[in-house]
Amino acid sequence: MSPPPPASADAATVRVPGAQFVTDGATRLKEIGFAALLLTLLGIALLTLLVLMIDVIVEGASSITPEFFTETPSRIDPESSGIAPAIWGTVWLMIVCAAFIIPVGVASAIYLEEYASRENWFARFVEVNIQNLAAVPSIVYGVLGLAFLVRGPLSLGNVVLAGGLTLGLLVLPVVIVAGREAIRAVPPSIREGSMALGATKWQTIWKQVLPASIPGIATGVILALSRAIGETAPLIVVGATAFATSTSTALLQEFSALPIQIFGWTADPQEAFKALAAGAIIVLMVILLGMNAIAIWLRNRYEQKW
Amino acid sequence: MEAGTHLTGGTPGGLGPLGVRRRRWGEEVIRALLFLAAAISVLTTVGILVALLTESIPFFREVGTKFFTESEWSPLFADPQFGIWPLLNGTFLITGIAILVAVPIGLGSAVYLSEYASPRVRKTVKPILEVLVGVPTVVFGYFALAFVTPEILQALGIKVGIYNALSAGLVMGIMIVPTIASISEDAMRAVPQGLREGAYGMGATKRQVATKVVFPAAISGIVAACVLGVSRGVGETMIVLLAAGLDPNLGINPVDGYATITTFMGAAADGDNPAGSIGYESIFACGLTLFFLTLLMNMIAIRFVRRYREVYE
Repeated sequence: MSPPPPASADAATVRVPGAQFVTDGATRLKEIGFAALLLTLLGIALLTLLVLMIDVIVEGASSITPEFFTETPSRIDPESSGIAPAIWGTVWLMIVCAAFIIPVGVASAIYLEEYASRENWFARFVEVNIQNLAAVPSIVYGVLGLAFLVRGPLSLGNVVLAGGLTLGLLVLPVVIVAGREAIRAVPPSIREGSMALGATKWQTIWKQVLPASIPGIATGVILALSRAIGETAPLIVVGATAFATSTSTALLQEFSALPIQIFGWTADPQEAFKALAAGAIIVLMVILLGMNAIAIWLRNRYEQKW
Repeated sequence: MEAGTHLTGGTPGGLGPLGVRRRRWGEEVIRALLFLAAAISVLTTVGILVALLTESIPFFREVGTKFFTESEWSPLFADPQFGIWPLLNGTFLITGIAILVAVPIGLGSAVYLSEYASPRVRKTVKPILEVLVGVPTVVFGYFALAFVTPEILQALGIKVGIYNALSAGLVMGIMIVPTIASISEDAMRAVPQGLREGAYGMGATKRQVATKVVFPAAISGIVAACVLGVSRGVGETMIVLLAAGLDPNLGINPVDGYATITTFMGAAADGDNPAGSIGYESIFACGLTLFFLTLLMNMIAIRFVRRYREVYE
């Protein structure tokens, strides 16, 4: 990316002569004081993030050993505790979540962009609905999963499938919104060309529109998964456990997950478990940063100018 | 798409006359499947309401108006009490502390990024603030319990308990900063350049332009940002569950521990409450309260955002 030209019409770059003409000492002091205050406030936010990172690394670095990734968590012995079941649980949750949000999210986006016209009442209704879903606290999605997936009609129990689908419902709007943007960015001329050659509407979507919008959709899916991977509250409600021992989690088994493991260890009154929690946080944050880096790379690498 | 629909019928097979559409069943089935997928997000909302109501109705049938009139909350005890006020008190006390932190920091950052920062600084700082959005809340919870309470509050000589509203509120405030900063910065940058130039032309200083022209012009977006911030705080679970404890408390002293609506839900769902018990149903009654609180705030925020968009577009 090239730096923006210095002489843009941007608000902050316009040199305003008035600022230099101030000669009154008190006014100038006020100006400087105000700017310093703003900078301090911004600094507090950035500094806190820095302190958080440093604290986690200092506390958790010693926990990260090869055994940390292969052992199961112990209720009594911090020394021999590890995150193997948590990692496998998270992997399975993400597989279930992706298997749900990719087809459903992309299909929704296609329907809303290609089939329902902008004035269609259904499209508008879905839009308002997605706006409102974004404001629903994540723990309420846990309650939804508890009522319909864990117990109630499906009665799956406290299993990976229920957890993954709950997270999927939570982040589905992210995929729909990103998918719609990616599809909208494909110029109409592509569709018209395809249809002029005799392709049906679906052939046009499947062979032309979707391939052209895959980078945008993939970015949305990764961002959705990176939101899902850190969610804890809904998993607590659907009954994930910080003391799962199995590492070969199948779809219908009790499960743990990285954020659940972090929660369990942080809440433990024994001080030694805090270091394990910090270690697990490092692992989770590294995965998260990796996912975000991939999303940014995808966006820059495949960004298409029509 | 209008041009295409006329042609789709005829061309690939026999040359049908233009304007006559052959019905393609495959296309219709696909359209129906796509519609079903789009309906799932609507069904999610319906599902949330149905789930919350089906378990809340038996709860309210048994508890009735005591939910709003009594002042004690202990649905899992042998002698259960069902007054929601202690949970609301904890929720709004902690969110209030968070807002006291998040509003000055968030708005200060927004004014700086919108009015003072060079494009280069803005390009560097905004992604860092976005990292703050991506930090899982359980990590903030760890930070509040394992760092802020012992290493900052207790080190400063403030007599806080292990679980206290102060640490949860401070950290929740930091969590909310990016929400407030990014929405209100968007609002400030939407203020037309002409307003700023007009003020400068009349001899206003940079600070006067920021505080007396841009800030008031963007006020509805700024209010919306703050309302959304409150809504995020009210719905937040992990920070309070880890750092504020589980004690339903009607006090206002921030050094004490408090239960909130979300912490009760998390803790009760974590424990063993058989389906159909009043303890199980109380999770849903709390969920319903939370759902309506956040929905209300979201609607207020959307209304404010609409208003500021209408002014300058």
